[in-house]
Amino acid sequence: MSDDVKPGTDTTWTPKIVAFVCNWCTYTGADLAGTSRLKMDPNVRVIRLTCSSRVNPLFIIKAFERGADGVIVSGCHTGDCHYSTGNYYARRRFAILHDLLDFMGVENNRVTFSWVSASEGNKWQEVVNQTTSRVKELGPSCVPLNQKGGE
Amino acid sequence: MKELQELSRQLLADDVVKVVIGYEEGPRGVRAAFITDPAQTGKLVFDKRCVQNLATYLNPRRKQVAQLGKPAIVVKGCDARSVAGLIREKQVERGNIVVIAMRCGGVLENSEVDSELTSETVSVRCAGCDVRDPKLYDHILGELPPEPPVNPRRTEQIAALEEMTPTERWSFWNEELARCIRCHACREACPMCFCVQCTADKGQPQWIDPSPTPRANRAWQTMRVLHQAGRCVDCLECERACPEHIPLGLLARYVADAVKKRFDYAACEDPTVPAPMGVFRTDDDEEFIR
Repeated sequence: MSDDVKPGTDTTWTPKIVAFVCNWCTYTGADLAGTSRLKMDPNVRVIRLTCSSRVNPLFIIKAFERGADGVIVSGCHTGDCHYSTGNYYARRRFAILHDLLDFMGVENNRVTFSWVSASEGNKWQEVVNQTTSRVKELGPSCVPLNQKGGE
Repeated sequence: MKELQELSRQLLADDVVKVVIGYEEGPRGVRAAFITDPAQTGKLVFDKRCVQNLATYLNPRRKQVAQLGKPAIVVKGCDARSVAGLIREKQVERGNIVVIAMRCGGVLENSEVDSELTSETVSVRCAGCDVRDPKLYDHILGELPPEPPVNPRRTEQIAALEEMTPTERWSFWNEELARCIRCHACREACPMCFCVQCTADKGQPQWIDPSPTPRANRAWQTMRVLHQAGRCVDCLECERACPEHIPLGLLARYVADAVKKRFDYAACEDPTVPAPMGVFRTDDDEEFIR
């Protein structure tokens, strides 16, 4: 953690969370959550991609570098991929990324991988709220602050 | 050693190959040798100091080696897995190389100091080796020497890191990676880094800042080991090439262990077995997905 902001001591801080979602399931699911007027924490910025396998691990690294405190990656349930097999490949990649981030010291609770289908507006609400509360508990991410000698 | 020299002489004299890539005596231990003249094959050596992975010279990015013509390459079992990796990924054609495999009894961590193989001097890459008797070869030489002692250092380091809290791990890697000067020697030395343009060199969009800032160093190494997931053979060329002695092998070994645990795959000598990140199983483990 940084020297000046200790987790839980800055009362004005709210987390920034970036969500990479697939167009066919989770984006539609998030849309459903919106039109159903489900109450959600306003910390999540959604980025729509064609498929969860479009998510290059570098997107997640870059999001943290640019100030995200948490990341959500969400796509279709396995077997339901619009492109048949995209999310199976994505799952393998995320499994390794999940382990590696933890090994390099980024708390696992900052990154949420989930499957949310187009009809699961309620599940999207849960994913957003739970991720936000987990990231709030962890406090600000140390990645962007750790740029001494950088920008 | 005699049979290696004789075989190489024959291969060159019969014009089967144009160059033999092997090991020779250098000013600091053994080093890579590129023998093109049959009369020079007496220079070739092979013993427990031959820790380097010569498969890196088959990497198609090394045009100066490719220029020499069809190569014969001296490999240990572990290096044969790199050769298999290059064949698997269509970077080398099996018919265009001659593989001279050596049965191996373990190698030293530091090839500059010739000493007995003990659990301290033996390379960490020899721990748990199951390819001392190579399977991928055109010629296989030597008697199978006894099993080397095990150097537990790497396993202990990983276990110690896993014991730490994420914050402690974060500062550990911060300290290590702060020394990185972004010379990209780790990439250049790697047998499996053969992209024509590396993501780290791209300017538009610039995924990774080329300056050695702590953030960028972290992103660079994260990306590098992720690209190596399931392809890395843990030859530690990256670690040996690093001028700042960053324990890059730790990351490589951790990811290799994760791949083994999750997908039951370890880099192998059979080029027909697909690499794990290019395939999937419908019942892959997904306990991490919420």
